[in-house]
Amino acid sequence: MSEPVSALKNISDLNGIAAIREIGPLGMITLRGDLSDRAVQDAAKTAGGANAPDQRKINAEGDGGVAWMSPDELLILCRYDEVPLRMTNLQAGLSKGHALAANVSDARAVFEVSGPRAREVLAKLAPVDLTPGQFEPGMMRRTRLAQVPAAFWMTDAETFRIVCFRSVAQYVFDLLKIAAQPGSEVDFF
Amino acid sequence: MSTRLATGGRLLNKAKPVNFTFNGKNLRGYEGDTLASALLANDQMLVGRSFKYHRPRGIVAAGPEEPNALVNLGAEGRFEPNARATTTPLFDGLQAASQNHWPSLEFDVGAINKHLSRFLPAGFYYKMFMYPRAAWKHVYEPFIRQSAGLGKAPKATDVDTYEHFYAFCDVLIIGGGVAGLHAALTAGKSGARVIVMEQSDHWGGRAPVDGGTVDGQPVDKFVDGMVTELETLENVTLRRNCMGAGVYDHGYVLGYERLRDDSPHVQGPRHRLWRVRAAHIITATGAIERPLSFAGNDIPGVMLAAAVRDYLVNHGVSVGDRTVVVTNNDNAYLTAIALKHAGLDVPAIVDARVLPQDSQLMEQAKALGIRVMMGHGIASVKGGKRVTGVEICAQAGEGAVLEEISCDAVAMSGGWSPVVHLWSHCGGKLRWDTTQACFSPDVDNPPLGADGMGFVTPAGAASGVFALDDVLNDAFAAADGVMTSLGFDVPRDLKSPEAERRQDAPMMPVWLMPQGASVKLREKAWLDYQNDVKVSDVRLAAQEGFVSVEHAKRYTTLGMATDQGKLSNINGLATLAGALDADIPSVGTTTFRPPYHPISMASIAGEARGTVFQPIRRTPMHDWHDTHGAEWEPVGHWRRPYAYKQGGESTYDAVMREVTNTREKMGLLDASTLGKLIVKGPDAGRFLDMMYTNMMSTLKVGKCRYGLMCSENGFLIDDGVVARFDEDTWLCHTTTGGAERIHGHMEEWLQTEWWDWQVYVANVTEQYAQVAVVGPNARKALEKLGGMDVSKEALGFMDWADGELGGFKVRVYRISFSGELSYEIAVDASHGQAFWDALMVAGHDLGVMPYGTECLHILRAEKGFIMIGDESDGTIIPQDLGLHWAISKKKEDYLGKRAQERSHMTDPNRWQLVGLETTDGSVLPDGAYAVAEGENENGQRNMQGRVTSTYHSPTLGKGIAMGLVLNGPDRMGETLIFPGTDGKEYQAKIVNPVFYDPKGEKQNV
Repeated sequence: MSEPVSALKNISDLNGIAAIREIGPLGMITLRGDLSDRAVQDAAKTAGGANAPDQRKINAEGDGGVAWMSPDELLILCRYDEVPLRMTNLQAGLSKGHALAANVSDARAVFEVSGPRAREVLAKLAPVDLTPGQFEPGMMRRTRLAQVPAAFWMTDAETFRIVCFRSVAQYVFDLLKIAAQPGSEVDFF
Repeated sequence: MSTRLATGGRLLNKAKPVNFTFNGKNLRGYEGDTLASALLANDQMLVGRSFKYHRPRGIVAAGPEEPNALVNLGAEGRFEPNARATTTPLFDGLQAASQNHWPSLEFDVGAINKHLSRFLPAGFYYKMFMYPRAAWKHVYEPFIRQSAGLGKAPKATDVDTYEHFYAFCDVLIIGGGVAGLHAALTAGKSGARVIVMEQSDHWGGRAPVDGGTVDGQPVDKFVDGMVTELETLENVTLRRNCMGAGVYDHGYVLGYERLRDDSPHVQGPRHRLWRVRAAHIITATGAIERPLSFAGNDIPGVMLAAAVRDYLVNHGVSVGDRTVVVTNNDNAYLTAIALKHAGLDVPAIVDARVLPQDSQLMEQAKALGIRVMMGHGIASVKGGKRVTGVEICAQAGEGAVLEEISCDAVAMSGGWSPVVHLWSHCGGKLRWDTTQACFSPDVDNPPLGADGMGFVTPAGAASGVFALDDVLNDAFAAADGVMTSLGFDVPRDLKSPEAERRQDAPMMPVWLMPQGASVKLREKAWLDYQNDVKVSDVRLAAQEGFVSVEHAKRYTTLGMATDQGKLSNINGLATLAGALDADIPSVGTTTFRPPYHPISMASIAGEARGTVFQPIRRTPMHDWHDTHGAEWEPVGHWRRPYAYKQGGESTYDAVMREVTNTREKMGLLDASTLGKLIVKGPDAGRFLDMMYTNMMSTLKVGKCRYGLMCSENGFLIDDGVVARFDEDTWLCHTTTGGAERIHGHMEEWLQTEWWDWQVYVANVTEQYAQVAVVGPNARKALEKLGGMDVSKEALGFMDWADGELGGFKVRVYRISFSGELSYEIAVDASHGQAFWDALMVAGHDLGVMPYGTECLHILRAEKGFIMIGDESDGTIIPQDLGLHWAISKKKEDYLGKRAQERSHMTDPNRWQLVGLETTDGSVLPDGAYAVAEGENENGQRNMQGRVTSTYHSPTLGKGIAMGLVLNGPDRMGETLIFPGTDGKEYQAKIVNPVFYDPKGEKQNV
């Protein structure tokens, strides 16, 4: 098997008011099920290494974690090469009930936007209140970046991790680059 | 003459002279000037021509209400028409040109229109250009196009960038005058998140010009103090050059921030559109002075009294040596006093009022030796391109001239109107204030939010209070009320500062000067300077029955110019009320709509231009296609290769080559864009039986089946191959454009109708790169890669299997959309390019070539396979397409079943799918109709069919087509006539739509 290739081969742009990097590929598994079901919660915890989070939250550390996606959907995060094993474990844990687990690692592109002005760059593209205190590490938003769906969370006070569909990776990279163009500081946050 | 004074100009940096041009003439200003103040400083009072009569127009105002001073700004990639000189900051190298004149600003041929004004009355478009009808296109429109229009449309692409910014706050304050700043301090100190937007470059609004003292200090120092204090508050954001443009539902506000209008060559976005969600909005938008309606009030040199004061105090510009002030209120006396203090001559203050005793300001003016003429008005202004004098009359009379005073400027004031636009955008109501003769916000009827509570509060002059102490008290009360309603605690020691109270005499409404002005004078008394609407026009409209203000506005074009009637609306509707003998509130106002003041189109588009105008979806093999001659075709947001051109080949030749090569050897198609939906659960089979017209629950694990999907109304909406993975898991392929739509369709039924069914759907379209390996050599290539068994026995037609090929983890579907031996192979997208490369290597000696969507279309058309969007168009049911075999008769129900039983759907005269073959082998025009005998009730030729797909088939060496034809399947062999748009008539024979390998032997090998 060939080496997995991310959508933009880990392209980066460090010339703007925030640093933009395509990272990944990362492991991602969509899990749909009854989130109040113990079996689903346990399976998610085993696969993601963290408890299932509350609404609009994420429990993540490094490349692993569990994110809330909707009232019946979680996103399991892990290393790309661990997906097959995690999927097997998940399927085993979920075999008795009704749930759906699907590997979506390759369907996504992942970006990191970092720096003191990372919040400003995101606030140019997503209708989300990114004021410190209103949006902090541990929170998760499914939203849009300009014209495409996206989700993001913060890995530290100045770093966002953004997930979008693989097919629009170039669009999202171009968007981020424009939003971070030199001279576009907002001085809002 | 207007000129720069030796002293004064509080906003100027006289150490920094700035060079600019107007109509090619080199002029000089200072940093801190607006284009308008700099033009005045250079005695350039004449700045344009009016819309209809091409009358000379001079600067009237000093702010966004300016109707006349519109210029073409910049050049090429930075060219912008209709820029307001009064809001355009001056910078070094600025290029401006006046608009709407020919051949020159000073000499304008169109100005003869003014002599024709008798023939261009209100509603002249409607009256003059009705008949003859043909003349509209050939005579009237070209004439109007030539004579009308203000700025020129830009020709070059805008070289600047623009962006949006989403912000959230508790209180958004629009307006950074004393009211806005004071409200911001109150809200900020109460702990609320506050944003203050000020449209101009400086804080304090009118207060520093108009003067006064607050807590014992001059008001400008008070403003500086507030700004300094606000800057220390972390929860307060102050934005200058940022105009609150519109207020929308749910506390949504657009702010228009101009970042580089004064420094076009500095890197960064030119404008930023703020998209704010505020829990509450305070409109501290101030007030606008009204002109007075007297004859000749449009002659350059006649200006608003406050504007004359602004230019004097802010920019050290005198608009004239001798200025006559004409007013109906005390405020204009400030102008006379300021001019006198600057050493300029004020021959008279013409005051329409008759008052029992002098007010404070009157006494001051008289003490300065200014002649105050109470009870008088201006009968007429003398002059052409510039004021030369005024004729004085009694306000109470009909305009008999008592005296002529020579002057070169007139400063007029008809009272003040609160800026209620932003209050009104979302439904805030107005009340008529009789004492001040203005509409002000009716605070008992604010715009309502989702909770039924008002979400906009006016403050200061915007709420109809004009004295400094009233303004401060009102702003404090507004902010205090808002804070309380939002649940913030206002610190107890916060209070409104004390401002010195000036005792002003009441104003007197004056809608026409003199009040009994004759028709001759009324015809020269302008209401709307930009659109040339006069008092006489509004009266005529009323006389002709236009009693509604909205109708009169459209009939006369009053307030319809780019200034949206900021100066003219109140005077116009008062004139209308007068003509109708109605009171002003009963006539009402026209509707205030956003934006408050024009904003750049580019700021609305934001970043969405060039590469990110629209998202383009790319498959994992996109770059390979691009470097291998792909000509792109948009399919949904995807780009798919239409054909791969080799060498100097034409696109057509490339398509023909691809078809032949795939039929004879082997082709590769990037099929990654096809939708892939996983449907799983105990009820998934039952669910899919409802979704598809045929049975999916009976599909065996390991097998594939082609299925059709219909809408509730029976129309075909999608098709694709469904594979069963295990007992309760299916994978549904959709069309390229259908993935998201069908996913949504499934979710909608699951969430609304069958919410108790145990089914989950996941869209895994982009997880896989999918490659169709097609042609007689397909199996050989896969065997060369090695791995899983792909023989007929192990993997038969319509089977699927998981396995490995060439070391890649794959899922192989033995399905064919071409009629050839074909494998559709899915690999994880991150390996897609590598797998494609491996196939190209393995197929090298087997004649492999990639093929595009047009080849795919021809291959399927040769086989008579339908294509969603070609054979279907939203009005087609599967029965029209001869797809009865894919419609289950056994199932009790499926989406569309009942609809397909409606009488119209079972009508035997519905056009049916057939194949079409031209009698001479040529290609039928796409979409052509087959004509029948006779005409329909509309006198159109009867039709009996149409072409849905048409191609040249290189396999068969002739044109082939599919079409829908009346009773088609029963008319095999008949010849139809298709007139083309090229004037030719095409003849085609009705044939079986399966042109190639009707028995399906080639795909089943």
